[in-house]
Amino acid sequence: MVFEKIREIIAEQTGKDIEEITLETNVKEDLDADSLDLFQIINDIEDEFEVSVENPEAIVTVKDAVDFVESHK
Amino acid sequence: MIRTRVIATAASVPEQIITNDDLARIVDTSDEWISQRTGIKERRISSGENTSVFVSDVAKQLMEKAEVTADSIDLIIVASVTPDYGTPSLACMVQKEIGASNAVAFDVVAACSGFIFALSIADKYIRSSGYENAIIIGGETLSKVIDWSDRSTCVLFGDGAGGAYLEKAQDGGILFEEIGSDGKMYEILTAGYTACSNVFNENPAGVDPLWYAHMDGREVFKFATKNVIKSLNKVMEENNITQEDIKYFIPHQANVRIVEVISKKLDIPFEKFYMNIERFGNTSSASIPIALSELDEKGLLERGDQIILTGFGGGMTWGTMLITW
Repeated sequence: MVFEKIREIIAEQTGKDIEEITLETNVKEDLDADSLDLFQIINDIEDEFEVSVENPEAIVTVKDAVDFVESHK
Repeated sequence: MIRTRVIATAASVPEQIITNDDLARIVDTSDEWISQRTGIKERRISSGENTSVFVSDVAKQLMEKAEVTADSIDLIIVASVTPDYGTPSLACMVQKEIGASNAVAFDVVAACSGFIFALSIADKYIRSSGYENAIIIGGETLSKVIDWSDRSTCVLFGDGAGGAYLEKAQDGGILFEEIGSDGKMYEILTAGYTACSNVFNENPAGVDPLWYAHMDGREVFKFATKNVIKSLNKVMEENNITQEDIKYFIPHQANVRIVEVISKKLDIPFEKFYMNIERFGNTSSASIPIALSELDEKGLLERGDQIILTGFGGGMTWGTMLITW
């Protein structure tokens, strides 16, 4: 499932508990991630789902990432 | 089998230290922001000395350490993206400065991979063309192509030079290389553009904004991590070695976070990557030889140790080299 996999990627990169990450989570603000953490999360999502994120700024919440992957894979 | 061996190393950097706090006084940034995202605490910035000053100093130190005379030097190659002139090359300026009248001297441009590209060329000359030795230097004054009002780039770079004296040997030395280029991506990292302006132009150009270093951070980050991982894997696989056989990995010092990703994805302990970015920032072609020279100076390398140098940068270019010390 896309959400579960993205949760794992974000937890791994930010070092947060997986339970802390919900669809509503704002990656930068709620998880204390900086722009480079977000780069790496997006890179890992691109590799995992074989998609290409042209506009990374549009991905703010976990839901944004899940929606992007579901509409592009 | 004829091999190319590293006999001596040296570095030369400006005396002037610019800390993150110093930068926070001229652009909207902070020590915390810079340290967290790059690993850089301070960098050396020229007080006006041009690149030739640092590369010539490296050449003199190399000759002294290797105990060789100027007229015995066969080859001088300097890697730089910030030479003093379009012509002469920095290598010819070094030749004059040290009096190496018998040497062939030229520069190469491969940005942050430049030192590895220059080593690669020297290795071919020594192994196939009867050259006995070479002085190889990477040197930059990146401060002259930095827009000091652009906080996204000015915090990253530093000035300096480093190099190695190489000699023909019967074993050890440079064992394997994997180098490459991907020109279709060149626009993600550029510096030093000069527009074509001449008396027959209708609109002669002033200094183009592209003179200054310009970088698409995310794309460069992605290029660096993916290509270095691929390149390191290839070098280790083709030589049937694992990270355990390697004493130190000496990566181009661009950003500590890039190296952290490489370390994690390849399962190589971070301590095996020699880092000095906190004191020098990104010095492009000088970063690997400055780091190598520090390792050597500190006595952390013994003859017979295997090390891997790996660089990536503008062009885009990358290169990885396996060396027996």
